[in-house]
Amino acid sequence: MDERNFTYMFYGFAAAWAILALYVLVLVSREKRIESQIDNLKRMLDAKENKS
Amino acid sequence: MRNKILYLLGIAGVAWLARNLYIIFLGLPDEAAQGAIYRIMYFHVPSWWTCFAAYFVSGVAGVMYLVKKNQDYDALAVASVEVGVAFTLIGLATGSIWARIIWGIWWTWDARLTWALITCLVYAGYLMLRRAVDEPTTRARFAAVFGAFAFTTVAITWKSIEWWRTQHPGPVISFRTGGGNMDPAMENMLFSNWGAVGLIAIVLIAVRMRQEQHLRLIEALRRQVHTL
Repeated sequence: MDERNFTYMFYGFAAAWAILALYVLVLVSREKRIESQIDNLKRMLDAKENKS
Repeated sequence: MRNKILYLLGIAGVAWLARNLYIIFLGLPDEAAQGAIYRIMYFHVPSWWTCFAAYFVSGVAGVMYLVKKNQDYDALAVASVEVGVAFTLIGLATGSIWARIIWGIWWTWDARLTWALITCLVYAGYLMLRRAVDEPTTRARFAAVFGAFAFTTVAITWKSIEWWRTQHPGPVISFRTGGGNMDPAMENMLFSNWGAVGLIAIVLIAVRMRQEQHLRLIEALRRQVHTL
């Protein structure tokens, strides 16, 4: 493979992967937050229904 | 079951991408003038095609929401826009790094680049608009109308390299030029990598869409808790 500009090619691929990885991390952290919110709300709902 | 299918599709997309990377680095011929950096194109171009496709899906889903009033269409629209913005950022970043070597500059206000940036900002505005409206049906209606009009920026970006011949290279893909501008092996790899990138985008859209449906469930549960 022609190695001219190899460093910048590496930067290009690294940037693409970094953006994709960052977005996947955002999705994963949102997923965890959503799951914990749903669990909390279901617990609160159960507690209120048991009280009434 | 749905989770398993998504995992399998995700693994298939990553495996396809790994196979393509092997061919991109070790199997394909070099580009005579550009050196190694031309290989960025195998991510740059498929990223743009992927985000354009995602914005198209979003526009259609928005119109379907306006017709059917089904919130799942709204979830598909926002999921497509969010994933589309991620791939737009990849397109902008990889293009800018390529331009630094080939043009000697990171950025220029050329017609294609400017419209690409406008598209990115318009769809970032779409996501901000959604955050600004609390009521779900109003939010979905506003977003659907905004999304339908926003797609005009995608069409202009797509055609800009034909309408204005400025710095960005003109069309080279055979379905736009009739062929002869690109080595068939290189062009085939662009399409193959679009397949791999597109498959990953589909998985991300499906995951994001499910999150949007869960957010609606949270809103419903909150209302239930307050009424008790």
